[in-house]
Amino acid sequence: MAYSDKVLDHYNNPRNVGALDKSSDEVGTGLVGAPECGDVMRLQIRVNPETQVIEEAKFRTFGCGSAIASSSLATEWVKGKTVDEALGIKNTDIVKELALPPVKIHCSVLAEDAIRAAIGDWKKKNHVSEAVEVAVAAK
Amino acid sequence: MSTVEATPAVPAGVTLPIYMDNHATSPLDPRVLEAMLPYFTGKFGNAASRNHSFGWEAETAVETAREQIAKLIGASAKEIIFTSGATESDNLAIKGIAEMYRERGNHIITQVTEHKAVLDTCKRLEKYGYRVTYLPVKADGLIDLEDLKRAIDDKTILVSIMAANNEIGVLQPIAEIGKLCHEKGIIFHTDGVQSLGKVPIDVNAMNIDVMSLSAHKVYGPKGVGALYVRRRNPRVQIAAQIDGGGHERGMRSGTLNVPGIVGFGKACEIAGEEMEAEATRLKSLRDHLRHKLESALDYVEVNGSWEHRLPGNLNMSFIYVEGESLLMGINDVAVSSGSACTSATLEPSYVLKALGLGDDVAHSSIRFGLGRFNTEAEVDYVADKVIGVVKRLRDLSPLYEMVKEGIDLSKIEWAAH
Repeated sequence: MAYSDKVLDHYNNPRNVGALDKSSDEVGTGLVGAPECGDVMRLQIRVNPETQVIEEAKFRTFGCGSAIASSSLATEWVKGKTVDEALGIKNTDIVKELALPPVKIHCSVLAEDAIRAAIGDWKKKNHVSEAVEVAVAAK
Repeated sequence: MSTVEATPAVPAGVTLPIYMDNHATSPLDPRVLEAMLPYFTGKFGNAASRNHSFGWEAETAVETAREQIAKLIGASAKEIIFTSGATESDNLAIKGIAEMYRERGNHIITQVTEHKAVLDTCKRLEKYGYRVTYLPVKADGLIDLEDLKRAIDDKTILVSIMAANNEIGVLQPIAEIGKLCHEKGIIFHTDGVQSLGKVPIDVNAMNIDVMSLSAHKVYGPKGVGALYVRRRNPRVQIAAQIDGGGHERGMRSGTLNVPGIVGFGKACEIAGEEMEAEATRLKSLRDHLRHKLESALDYVEVNGSWEHRLPGNLNMSFIYVEGESLLMGINDVAVSSGSACTSATLEPSYVLKALGLGDDVAHSSIRFGLGRFNTEAEVDYVADKVIGVVKRLRDLSPLYEMVKEGIDLSKIEWAAH
């Protein structure tokens, strides 16, 4: 299978590899996928409590090149966005950006899940209710 | 993390990309090509033309090839039927025997790690009223002979067990299976594709009745195969699956691929002369590869029996690294993976799963297939490259990090997707 240049670039030079302190209240951690399915992504975000802006994002991924590229791209995209803006990132955007073939769409879905899981974890820690989320989104 | 470590210097005498996937196919030996060339142009006759010199010339060449192939497996030339390849040979053997011996019984025994050409043929026969027993394999990839004994009943007409597996290279106890089948009066077919020219085979000593063979796995051309069909003690009969001019003792009609057959014969002749020395050399290269990888990396596992294995096969799992991403990192080396992502079905290797390995281990597997033209310098380069990429991908792997932190991955509730 031929990989797109963007997938190859993220695979060869993955962005934001690493870990954040998951015990910190400012950090949200999303761990999605399963080893037996061949891909596991861990995406972490550090959110500014005042502005709700994601100031830092880190990932580690076990999976194929497209899974690595999808999660690497996700860390790039969430940085600088508020948590609610980040929730607007769709897997189809990732598919488009990386030119993923149909058999690799699940990699992009997993990356979207990872973003949602990390934000969900952060919200839970900070008791940000759904009502607040809706209010913020309505602004 | 640096990408530099993943790119070892290319040693002198090594040309990239390196081919190390000789279970998939093997390069044509130049000596084989040389033997074939005259039969494409000047000696183009139809081996079935009985009334002129062009036909006689082609027929003589085909008969020479038949002798060369027969000699390598201890058979007589008349017992070799030419086909288009091993998939056809497996189909012809199993369907042809099932049809011919239908009145004697309808039960076939095979095993779970056979090639799809055997498994899918058996599945089709099940639709036509045959019963098929798929024996399990042990953790080392070998069948248990006691399982085979128990599976045999008074309706069993055929046992089909491969000589060597194409993924993990393990060698089944063919001689013991053959002995058992002959005692019970059951026909024994073996898919001998991977073992031909790699390990000694003797159809009489091993009581093999029918054997599928292929040219392109033994440095011959693609598109040519053969079926060994025993003529005496017992005489095995096979119902033709392709009807036509009655070529090949009526078992396989169709004009013979003369240049291909000449190449197949030459490839077998060379294998007969060089097998012993080549096996010793390949074993030493393979052991060297394994040693280098194991010395540099933790959490690596060899899949399948080490003792009962083809000389050129190394199937290894690099746990916590997904196979396709590893292949992507070693893109100047041609090997295969048991990862789901590299298969058309998105399922991890059924062979590795049959050994009882978890899907996660199967996803992490790489098959190295060493062959006649691989060198020690290539093995060193491949090992260094794999080591570099595995280390880099483990730096990226959340699983490797968690294991290093002492987390038991089996205790985590993963959300299967």
